[in-house]
Amino acid sequence: MNAPLRRAGVVILVLFGLLFANLNWVQAYKADDYRTNEYNRRVVVAQYERPRGVIEAGGIGLATNKVTDDTLKYLRVYPRKEAYAPVLGYRPVGLAATGIENSENDFLSGESDKLFADRVKDMFTGNNTGGGNVVLTINPTAQETAYKQLLNNQRDVEKGAAVAIDPRTGAVQAMVSIPSYDPNPLVSHDEKAAAAAYNKLNKDEDQPLLNRATAETLPPGSTFKVIVSAAALQNGYTQQTEIKAGSTYEESGAVIHNAEDEVCPGSQVTLKEALTESCNTGFARLGVTLGREKVMETAKAFGFEDDSLTVGNLEGSGLPVAASHTGDIKNPDGSTDKGALAQSSIGQRDVRMTTLEGALMAATVANGGKQMRPYLVQKLLSPDRRTIYNADPKTLRTPINESVASDLKEMMVSVVENGTGKKARISGFEVGGKTGTAQNAEGADPHGWFIGFAYNEKGEAVSAVCVMLENVPGGHASAEAARIAGLIMKAAAGRGGD
Amino acid sequence: MKTQRNAELGLLAFAMVLVAAYGAIVEANQFDRVTSTFWVPAALLSVLFLGLHVVVRYTAPYADPVLIPAVALINGLGVGFLRRLDLARAIANKEPEPGFFAGTGGRQLAWTLGALILAAVLLLVIRDHKVVSRYAYTLGLVGIVLVMIPAVLPSSLSEINGAKLWIRVGSFSIQPGEFAKLALVSFFAYYLVRKREVLSLASRRVLGIDFPRGRDLGPVVTVWLLSLLVLVFEKDLGTALLYFGLFVVTLYVATERASWLIIGLLLFFGGVYIAYLLGASIGGPFANFYDRAEVWLEPFATENYDRVGGSYQLVQGLLALGTGGLFGSGPGAGSPGFVPEVRTDFIFAGMGEEIGLFGLSALLVVYLLIVERGLRAGLAVRDSFGKLVAGGLAFTLGLQVFVILGGITGLIPLTGQTTPFLSAGGSSLMANWLLIAMLLRISNAARGPAASGGGVDRPGGPKKAPTQLHGAMTEVIKP
Repeated sequence: MNAPLRRAGVVILVLFGLLFANLNWVQAYKADDYRTNEYNRRVVVAQYERPRGVIEAGGIGLATNKVTDDTLKYLRVYPRKEAYAPVLGYRPVGLAATGIENSENDFLSGESDKLFADRVKDMFTGNNTGGGNVVLTINPTAQETAYKQLLNNQRDVEKGAAVAIDPRTGAVQAMVSIPSYDPNPLVSHDEKAAAAAYNKLNKDEDQPLLNRATAETLPPGSTFKVIVSAAALQNGYTQQTEIKAGSTYEESGAVIHNAEDEVCPGSQVTLKEALTESCNTGFARLGVTLGREKVMETAKAFGFEDDSLTVGNLEGSGLPVAASHTGDIKNPDGSTDKGALAQSSIGQRDVRMTTLEGALMAATVANGGKQMRPYLVQKLLSPDRRTIYNADPKTLRTPINESVASDLKEMMVSVVENGTGKKARISGFEVGGKTGTAQNAEGADPHGWFIGFAYNEKGEAVSAVCVMLENVPGGHASAEAARIAGLIMKAAAGRGGD
Repeated sequence: MKTQRNAELGLLAFAMVLVAAYGAIVEANQFDRVTSTFWVPAALLSVLFLGLHVVVRYTAPYADPVLIPAVALINGLGVGFLRRLDLARAIANKEPEPGFFAGTGGRQLAWTLGALILAAVLLLVIRDHKVVSRYAYTLGLVGIVLVMIPAVLPSSLSEINGAKLWIRVGSFSIQPGEFAKLALVSFFAYYLVRKREVLSLASRRVLGIDFPRGRDLGPVVTVWLLSLLVLVFEKDLGTALLYFGLFVVTLYVATERASWLIIGLLLFFGGVYIAYLLGASIGGPFANFYDRAEVWLEPFATENYDRVGGSYQLVQGLLALGTGGLFGSGPGAGSPGFVPEVRTDFIFAGMGEEIGLFGLSALLVVYLLIVERGLRAGLAVRDSFGKLVAGGLAFTLGLQVFVILGGITGLIPLTGQTTPFLSAGGSSLMANWLLIAMLLRISNAARGPAASGGGVDRPGGPKKAPTQLHGAMTEVIKP
């Protein structure tokens, strides 16, 4: 009986060998996976062991920490609540963050390689210094003016967005979206309450969690005429070139009207006048004359079709920006759909644009044709506030040369001085821009747009802006957008809001 | 003949020093300092084990000197870990440090006292392990009844966490299956010693392997059905595997026929696979088993993780083990609070986070040492009954360690077994200390001077001895 007993011993040995091998698998091979697994609560607790870096702008703390006495030691607090939510995002317990909280997470949490030296120092001093701080380019006055003006707009519009950019650098001065949300309940340490708050926001039909400035594309209406004008100027047209207009224009079954009977009823109008009055028939004809390729290429040169842009730091990470599109303006057989081209040339049909792209277009014109890459992160500071990163502005693309930019600028200034954009005028600044009223769904109120820029007395382009209001009731949809745009630019230029 | 009792005492002292050191490190990590009373739990345990040591000195002087210290080490670390959980809870609730007899750790200390008294009583009452064979049929009946009670009882009185393994009366609960394995091993050993001739000799040769006659399959099939009933009605694969493995191994050792192993394994895994398929198709009593298999195959799948009774426990155990890594966070420095059932089924995962792969491997080696020492007692003892009992008990202990540790490390489907000597709970501790007492008794007979018959010192070749003993063995256990 001893031989089988020995063999039973061998069986036990083999079984224990299997246990040992499997323990190696779990504790050595898979250890790193398991240590950082999303189900591992230790990860969450460890993240709250040291204070997360502060996000600030203009000396104001926008995302800060409060010491708690529960197992998670620090509670994230957003003192300014709704106004900054689309930019900052929020960082919930145990789930992925959004906004800058997400894109700068490594730095804020202190895990970034850039803070390696600080972590090593912690090891020796035994301190648990916090994560790094992020300084945003946001101008709090402009941001809060933009949020207040959008929220309390004079047309009772419930949804909209605004972006203001420094045309010379690409630094984002303001980025707001309404309706917004209070991020504080979402980061509650009571995860059930946080999930309930999230579900409520997520089910809201008005999509308060959506950053309309970067993530939503809508038909841009007449603001797209800036692109068509640029295409014309690049192809031998001047401001004074006469283009065909008229009260109606029919092309391949598509009928184009002007917004009012008084707009360009004559058969000819100069390019400058056409833009000033926002002549639909003139631009529809102009687009068809220039052809599909030139219109689409110019749009692309201004940043349409770019689905890889992010707004955050200039090294790459940031808020994703949805691509703006022109649509392919083709018949099923591949030839140009001229009716579609006519409609697309006035920013209708399948043309879709983000609010950010609108601001970039205006900024490009104001900056002499150079489009600076937009960014939100001005500086990264170590826990002891040494500067670790300072944004160095970059040219993203140069869609037009200086002379075309100068012509476009003059034409857009004329829009605000003499044309449809008068509401955007601000005293002490030279303001230019373009309005847009975009038809969308059947029976729905049109969207109101304004893209524009402001120069100070010294002739410096201080701000470029885009305001978008969804479904504006009561006609003249773009007028309210122009009025708000003027106030935002004034605030961004340092003259204060009202 | 050396008794080696002093070696046992020395090893025991060493084990207790380790337990005391464990307590000190726990306090250092929990309080950031070591209190002046860190040694008290280890000292109390030392007194208890010393008591058993004295009993062994008088009742089983030639017993294996490694068994008690090895088991005492695991038992002591278990008490230490449970006390560590009590300390952490007290700190979290801002309560004063719990007393030495308070909390789960204190209760485990009390259970240890009870278990050691039982072990001492067994050693005092049963002076010769062969006496047990007289009560074999009674023990067999008791074993089967113990196994079946939880299956027959309504769920409200027998089910904890989906496994019907308990008898619950109010807040008190015992696991009869823990004791059943002792009774069943004794019965199997007796039955097989009586039947081994017919089981091993009457056979047909197929493909070079000797297969038994159909009629001799009766008892095997009976036990197979019994364990499948356990599987289905007590919803527990681990227990079924334990009983069946126990029987097949004793059968194999008794008959020396590999065919029994092959038949046994085929029957068991065939049964398990059919239960799995039935669980997938018709559900009913098999559904729980199917669920557990799914959880085992895909623990990290969201649908398994989020489901009630899904893979949450398994995943949290794995994450604790993985977080511990090679060296662990150190005793008292981990987060066992995130591991569900960390006092009972998942104690190994909770400890694993803190002592790491190296600590757990050492623990595995200690378990292996206990099992191999038990098997060695079986090898050395001269009567067949003793061989089968020692072999069966030691193998069962090893198999139980494999089933639960394999379960929580994801090697095999998870089942609700206790980790011997480590988990909180009186049933498991008492039953396993009784098992150790039996092994001590048998090893005493194996290593001590023979009371009758052939001496231990056989200068002649070892080849001769078995044939001689072979005949004597069945004689010995005649009632």
